Amino acid sequence: MKNLSQSLSLIDLIRKKILVSKINTLVTLIFAALTLWILYLLVNWAFIDAVFGANNRSLCLDPTIETGACWSVIAARWRLILFGLYPFEEQWRAAIACFVIILVAGLSTLSYFLSAKNLSLLWLGGFSLFYTLMRGGIFGLTPVKELMWGGLPLTTFIFSMVIITGMPLAVLFALLRRSELPWISRSMGLVIDTIRSLPLLAILFTFAIVLPFVLPGWLIGDKLYRVIIGFTLFFACYQAEIIRGGIQSLPGSQEEAAKALGISYWHRMSRIVLPQAFQRAMPPTVNQFVITFKETTLVSIIGFFDLLSSANAAYGTALWSFAHIEVYVFVAAIFFVFVFTLSRYGAYLENRLNVTKH
Amino acid sequence: MFSLFKSRKNRNKALQIGFVGFLILIVIAFILTARSNLESQGLTSGFDFLDRATGIGLNFSLIPYKSSDTYSRALLIGILNSIFVGAISLTFATFIGIVVGVMRTSRNTMAKLIGTTYVEVFRNIPLLLQLFFWYAILISLPRPTKTTGIFDMFFLTGRGIFTPGLNISGNFVFFAIMVMIATSGFVLWFNYSRRFLKFDEIKKFKIKRIVWIVGLIISIVLLTIGRIPGTELINIPYLKGLNYRGGICITPELMACIVAISIYGGAYIGEIIRAGINSVSFIQSEAAHALGLSNWHKFSRIILPLAIRAVMPTMINQYIWLFKATTIGIAIGFVDFFMVVSTSINGSGQTLELIGILMGGFLMINYLIAWTLNRVNNLIKLKGIQVN
Repeated sequence: MKNLSQSLSLIDLIRKKILVSKINTLVTLIFAALTLWILYLLVNWAFIDAVFGANNRSLCLDPTIETGACWSVIAARWRLILFGLYPFEEQWRAAIACFVIILVAGLSTLSYFLSAKNLSLLWLGGFSLFYTLMRGGIFGLTPVKELMWGGLPLTTFIFSMVIITGMPLAVLFALLRRSELPWISRSMGLVIDTIRSLPLLAILFTFAIVLPFVLPGWLIGDKLYRVIIGFTLFFACYQAEIIRGGIQSLPGSQEEAAKALGISYWHRMSRIVLPQAFQRAMPPTVNQFVITFKETTLVSIIGFFDLLSSANAAYGTALWSFAHIEVYVFVAAIFFVFVFTLSRYGAYLENRLNVTKH
Repeated sequence: MFSLFKSRKNRNKALQIGFVGFLILIVIAFILTARSNLESQGLTSGFDFLDRATGIGLNFSLIPYKSSDTYSRALLIGILNSIFVGAISLTFATFIGIVVGVMRTSRNTMAKLIGTTYVEVFRNIPLLLQLFFWYAILISLPRPTKTTGIFDMFFLTGRGIFTPGLNISGNFVFFAIMVMIATSGFVLWFNYSRRFLKFDEIKKFKIKRIVWIVGLIISIVLLTIGRIPGTELINIPYLKGLNYRGGICITPELMACIVAISIYGGAYIGEIIRAGINSVSFIQSEAAHALGLSNWHKFSRIILPLAIRAVMPTMINQYIWLFKATTIGIAIGFVDFFMVVSTSINGSGQTLELIGILMGGFLMINYLIAWTLNRVNNLIKLKGIQVN
């Protein structure tokens, strides 16, 4: 508990030293006034002066009255924003599919699922359910091609594909990079460092547009899956470094003891090193999930209809072209809910880890 | 044959050869298929296209450019624009980050609340969404004919922000800025490099002064040569027809990129600075207090320098990451390196070469950032063993 008491007293010290009481009060007053003013403007804009209801478009544009936000655009186009071009009658499937993934993500925080086997079973199960619901074709569901997917389901699809395939790949990369054989670790290090120093957008672009040039015809496949492979590779390289950090933070005696007991390499890794490394690497891993979720928006530049593109499409018609701020605020709120929850979970894990360490 | 694999040494050798061979094989397979695919389309590989005229128009460049210029010049403009945006945004992001980090560690509850809200809001919304948001706001500013200027000099319009500029041709301004950057770089290096530690202070000061004067004279001479004859020195924008003429136009694309990356990066850097300030041992400030330092000096001379030293390695990674993020400018049509590369791919069809140039450029720039900042880190980091 040494760290905790130290940081507490540090905060106290900063309290005493940076601001003298009079200035402090003044600063508080100024900041409070500023905050209240911004809050007043925001509340006025978003609620009091705002226009609600899908049929009130003309009210928003009425020059005689002063209006704030025009939430009519959301009321009128929320299904386009959330589900993109997915067939209108089938959108309940997309909604359930998204809910399944959210449920799975929530369940993975329970301690029962915090083992490699249970976690991978849970995610594979959830993901198959998601895919079946979205793709259809069996159980009497009308088939919907990936081309028609969009909005939140597409974002969740790319995100969960990247995580599910990227995690095992990251473990493999980390183990290869830590290999005792110099040529394997060096060449793996070169690959990881090169990919990490490139922008994700350049990688996605390369996989979407350049890869067809360098692959034989039968290997090209769908553009969406190529982009996901590129994304997975990028994620795996970053995640491999996080896992490697976790492995390196373990005392070397753990592995030595296992070696002395004559435990084979695979058992040493899967039973002793990796579980402990994962526990230590959990906070940065969650952080990497957060970053990955935010970066799925980049696929909109390559031409996919994810949540951000469908937002652009929602105000892209002449009818609603004035309401861009409202649409962006709505989509930002959706992203915020997901990302904020995830990052809070990461902070919680970090705190728990710090408490158990001391 | 199989007895060979019984010895661990041979097995390891075989494993390594197999792995490296596998990687090389993938690369060779890529190159061979690419070549045969290109040949079937009648394209020849090679870097000859770099000397051909592009025929592409670029809407923003720091050095003069015509669409009859070569691909290599267009690529150079792309790199310069990327570095330009990166340098400005990272500077602003660092400044915002320090302010936010200090606010979050201060005793003032309101300041803490504002800092926390800032970080949580801007860190949890995707950068691309923020970029679109700022861009949408900037281009929905009033039309040029409907704006009123600030002091009749600055004009905020939907087509960009117009500010007064100098009547000097672009090339010369560029060279003058380069000379000034080189001069300050040299002075910094001369001041801090261990190689010159033995020089005594007065001699060092004299040399620095001479270098400054020479650099200033060269840039002033460059600027005087570059003056466009028959015009006034300061060029104030004026309304002509439907748009402003003269002065400097900060395009909405450039502005949105700078605003978005600065605000987003500021939230991340703020968290790093906060961790740094929290990591400074309280004994340091007790000691400073015992020596009678004022509150401001304690913070500015003791805590902040120690905090920045502590977080320097994290900051290097953050800078590289933010620099890579400048590529999203393509989403709103800002002409950065990535955008030039992708339009050149459309124009010339030399996909593989251009992707190679793109990767090479980013590797080089990132390596340069890491190398420079690591040198800075080595210079400023605390020497010897630290006792807490």
